[in-house]
Amino acid sequence: MSALTTAEVCITLNGAETATSARTVADLVDLQALTALKIATAVNGHFVPAAKRATTHLKDGDRVEIVSPRQGG
Amino acid sequence: MNAHEQPIQRADTLSVYGVPVTSRMLLGTAGYPSPAVLAAAVEASGASVVTVSLRRETAGGGTGQKFFDLIQSLGVKVLPNTAGCRSAREAITTAQMAREVFGTDWIKLEVIANDDTLQPDVFGLVDAATELNRDGFKVFPYTTEDLSVAERLQRVGCQVIMPWGAPIGSGQGIANRRALASLRAYFPDVALVIDAGIGAPSHAAEAMELGYDAVLLNTAVAKAADPVRMAAAFAAAVSAGRAGYEAGLMPVRDMAVPSTPVAGTPFFDLDGKS
Repeated sequence: MSALTTAEVCITLNGAETATSARTVADLVDLQALTALKIATAVNGHFVPAAKRATTHLKDGDRVEIVSPRQGG
Repeated sequence: MNAHEQPIQRADTLSVYGVPVTSRMLLGTAGYPSPAVLAAAVEASGASVVTVSLRRETAGGGTGQKFFDLIQSLGVKVLPNTAGCRSAREAITTAQMAREVFGTDWIKLEVIANDDTLQPDVFGLVDAATELNRDGFKVFPYTTEDLSVAERLQRVGCQVIMPWGAPIGSGQGIANRRALASLRAYFPDVALVIDAGIGAPSHAAEAMELGYDAVLLNTAVAKAADPVRMAAAFAAAVSAGRAGYEAGLMPVRDMAVPSTPVAGTPFFDLDGKS
């Protein structure tokens, strides 16, 4: 968490407006307590691979998706 | 062993993108009463491939992880879908996320055009299939029975085509039998899978008798009163339909043809007065 600051950005996380102190996608995943779980991420409709989460910075207005496995047909 | 005691299924194995698929029944994992019933239904079906999806995860939630662990325990290959995607862009991004999460380059590509019919947006489908094939995916496109769309999908690299039997979840069965038969005849060497609309084991058998390589279904099993028993029923129907196709179905005739020999019929006169 040392990388975090108190400054917040306003993003849309999984469809809901969210103010967060996360600076990167990796920070956000960590704050959501999802780091150790099977998840994938996208920002503004584009896939963000796990290896690039730490270098993908968040800014106001970003639309972030965090998804995980579910039942499907 | 007498001939009538031979097992109903021949030892031919379907191969998809170079991977053997031991069962010609692909099963969806959605809508079961419980995870335990899902697991038992998959086992009863004999399916070696099951479809899965991605959905939004909540903070701290382990829902996805639990489901992933369950599927892993079943020892089956997963085929992630892009269900709910309304554009090629959404489908492509979902496929990329699925590849990372599930560790497979297989993707059941769905681009949906209409809420009421859930029919494929075939234009978006071809666009997405083009890009995903370029990106190394093994694409399983959910499409209509339209032959020209199937041709385009094949041209951009799809080795499997999955036309609908009927709208998703409708249980209507093989709605356009003639077009699906034409598609089979036109693509003798492409793996063809009837995906969606199958509601009863007889529908699955019909699809297999048409020469389709496999069927993909979900709701008919998941929403049955006894999903596990229904999974077994579908497995038997798929085997029977495939065996019937391989054995060679008799031609359909417009008029009756007696099966009992006419020669030697008692009371029979050649002048027709009997």
